[in-house]
Amino acid sequence: MSDLETKPSDSTAAGAQVNPVENRFTERLSHILSDLGRNGIFIALIAVVVLFSILTNGILLRPQNISNLIVQNGYILVLAIGMVMVIIAGHIDLSVGSVAAFVGAISGVFAVQWGLPWWLSIILSLLVGALVGVWQGFWIAFVGIPAFIVTLAGMLIFRGLALVVLGNANIGSFPAEYRALGNGFLTNVFGEFPIDPLTIGIAAIAAVALIVQQFRTRRARQSYGQEVEPFVWFLIKLALVVVAIALFALALATYKGIPVTLIVLAVLVLIYGVVMNRSTFGRHIYAIGGNLHAAELSGIKTRNVTFWLFVNMGVLAALAGLIFTARLNLAGPKAGDGFELEAISAAFIGGAAVQGGVGTIGGAIIGGLIIGVLNNGMSIMGIGIEWQQAVKGLVLLLAVAFDVYNKRRSGGR
Amino acid sequence: MTDETEARTDILRMRGITKTFPGVKALQNVTVDVRRGEVHAICGENGAGKSTLMKVLSGVYPFGTYDGDIVFENEVVEFRDIRDSEAKGIVIIHQELALSPYLSIAENIFLNNELKGPFGLIDWNKTNHEAAKLLARVGLRENPTTKITELGVGKQQLVEIAKALSKRVKLLILDEPTAALNDDDSDHLLNLIQHLKEQGITSIIISHKLNEIKKVSDSVTIIRDGKTIETIAKTEVTEERIIKDMVGRDLEHRYPDHTPHIGEEVLRVEDWTAHHPQDPSRVMVDAVNLTVRRGEIVGIAGLMGAGRTEFAMSLFGRSYGSKISGRVYIDGKEVKTRTVSEAIDAGLAYATEDRKTYGLNLIDDIKRNISMAALDKLASLGLVDDGREFAVANEYRKSMNIKAPSVLARTGKLSGGNQQKVVLSKWIYADPEVLILDEPTRGIDVGAKYEIYSIINKLAAAGKGIIVISSELPELLGICDRIYALSEGRITGEVPIAEASPESLLKLMTMEKPR
Repeated sequence: MSDLETKPSDSTAAGAQVNPVENRFTERLSHILSDLGRNGIFIALIAVVVLFSILTNGILLRPQNISNLIVQNGYILVLAIGMVMVIIAGHIDLSVGSVAAFVGAISGVFAVQWGLPWWLSIILSLLVGALVGVWQGFWIAFVGIPAFIVTLAGMLIFRGLALVVLGNANIGSFPAEYRALGNGFLTNVFGEFPIDPLTIGIAAIAAVALIVQQFRTRRARQSYGQEVEPFVWFLIKLALVVVAIALFALALATYKGIPVTLIVLAVLVLIYGVVMNRSTFGRHIYAIGGNLHAAELSGIKTRNVTFWLFVNMGVLAALAGLIFTARLNLAGPKAGDGFELEAISAAFIGGAAVQGGVGTIGGAIIGGLIIGVLNNGMSIMGIGIEWQQAVKGLVLLLAVAFDVYNKRRSGGR
Repeated sequence: MTDETEARTDILRMRGITKTFPGVKALQNVTVDVRRGEVHAICGENGAGKSTLMKVLSGVYPFGTYDGDIVFENEVVEFRDIRDSEAKGIVIIHQELALSPYLSIAENIFLNNELKGPFGLIDWNKTNHEAAKLLARVGLRENPTTKITELGVGKQQLVEIAKALSKRVKLLILDEPTAALNDDDSDHLLNLIQHLKEQGITSIIISHKLNEIKKVSDSVTIIRDGKTIETIAKTEVTEERIIKDMVGRDLEHRYPDHTPHIGEEVLRVEDWTAHHPQDPSRVMVDAVNLTVRRGEIVGIAGLMGAGRTEFAMSLFGRSYGSKISGRVYIDGKEVKTRTVSEAIDAGLAYATEDRKTYGLNLIDDIKRNISMAALDKLASLGLVDDGREFAVANEYRKSMNIKAPSVLARTGKLSGGNQQKVVLSKWIYADPEVLILDEPTRGIDVGAKYEIYSIINKLAAAGKGIIVISSELPELLGICDRIYALSEGRITGEVPIAEASPESLLKLMTMEKPR
């Protein structure tokens, strides 16, 4: 985003004298380089994966571990989606871990103690999350108390309420359909095969959809006279992504198939990607984070946007709580401990700016995956939890320092 | 000229001061002599160069960044920063006071100049005792341990002066000291300046208020367009002479031709009143009545602090002020403007005087800034049509001549003129009936100014009603069809362009409330 304006400058002035072929080549090269700079987060993910593949002698890339990467970090990724939106608007939410624990406990009451149907339990639990969001959003948007304070209070309040609901005990033995949310797989739907055909089929559909969508976007841009990247570079990038999807699908297909958590995540990424890129609501979030005064004076209802942002965060925190509870088949008092910090880290590693206005859903997901790879890789290596914490903290610091350095160099404000 | 006696009586001589910024000569060969023990007023329009001159004097612009000599107490001085000038006894009090709100009066007075006892620890008894003595000198009856937030602006001003006295000030510079004060506080401050004069402290006072200047100063230097016009002694000061000196510039052909096609009344504002947001007892906009017709460019002339921006922002969705009352009619129908979106829906648009703080999302691109106020026009079912947005923005880039490689360029990287064109594009795309343009050419070079004026003319020709707020009188005289003068929140006059002159407008703009 930051280096868009530097690129065309060299072509016009030099173009007259320089050999046109060479000129086109340098232009392409500069495009690719600036593209790499912008996709630094992708490269960081690849680097981390390569590093830990070597350190673990390839164990990290075994099908089971790839599947675990999604299943064990799914709830962090769900939280990261909501968190990056909150951060883009210039706020923060410290309460998501406690909210996840609280909703997990409540869902135990619904599904186990009251014996409600699994689907009703899930819907009611998500509604409870929305109510939590209404509560926090009210204080932040309409009373004007900083989100840091409101959600710090929320962190204590909902942790406490989770303990109240649990009454000093765990709630366990959830219905099978509920548990699928956390550790279910779509597998053997068409019978038993060494490589699951459903997984491969869905991956193929996803890859084709991605290719079609990329070509359409490119053509639409061209038709409006917008500049596009060189065609070869476009193809190379697309091919790399397709290969990555294929390898990922193959790994899942040789293990247990597609995790339900992955399906939930994919749907969320699609929906929220559209919300943040294309919807007026998403645009208003960026506008508020970029310059609150200008957004207000442009007629944006900044308070409403902030309010709904926190309602949304409440629902996603509830969903994360459900996934976590389902995975453990247990609603316990320690659930969700430190989730908020991992979600916040994911958003910042993924390129969100502390001052607001900058960040993407995709970036947050990749940031979350980097944390996931660090978690899994270090666990496989048998590194203790104490060192894992320290390393993750260091990675967060370096990621943000790199971001700050980049912005200063490109002359941000 | 430089005989012995004069050298002894002048405390300060600024000789041939020239200061240039990239592209602009802010000061050209300015010469000011201030006699020891006098109150010397410096007078000029907004942007004439008064503040620049004071920044040169106080070392904000260090030695070497300007040409010319500063002679203080018969010695050529070369200040590297504000600390150097304070060490010599020159203290400047800015319009925006520089006090720390949650510290006490005494702590503020001795900030970075703390009175220390043994072991380098602060001696609080001595600090508060000395502060009390200084407060007595400026006539402020407050406990030195009172927090600054508990004081009104007038008293804060006195604390600033007490702080200056603690630094053994010889030359006190006050920049628009009464701009934010009520009448009693102003009187007290002016008396204090006289009183300090008797104690041998020389003052330079920068002010617009001609009454004040006449009352308090011993001589007046007028600056216009970065040049010294003349210095007048107290006995020869008249308001007419000062005004003539302040505005007497020739109006070049800096404005595009404009043939008005004036139609029906589009905006009527009745009895518009707004109070200060923090201090609801202060009336900032006082029963303003105003009309604009289609195709008409209406100017609002007022000095700094007259309530121009306060009027516009309170009108535009109550973005400023408290206890706002009054009625707004668009095309003869009363409309509600309680929130910005209501104001936009009613057909109003307001382009701010402060683009960077209130106008633009500087970290986002041109395209998204242009669509910000009317995103719904590009969306269906809540989804924005990216391609159309790009096309719309590109059209504005061409028609408004925004100089940028593409509409994906970040607005923070554009020049002031191009940023202003983005702001105007945003509001033109929102398609209002009335556009309020607050200082539309502030901080913009001459060429871009001409382009902005042409855009304003085109909008008027398209039947919009335009209000231009400006502190530059030649600009208002150059582009408007009718001008309102604003002073202390009140409309003090309405002048058709044929009858308007800088002198008549300045007279209205400096008209004070009957007391």
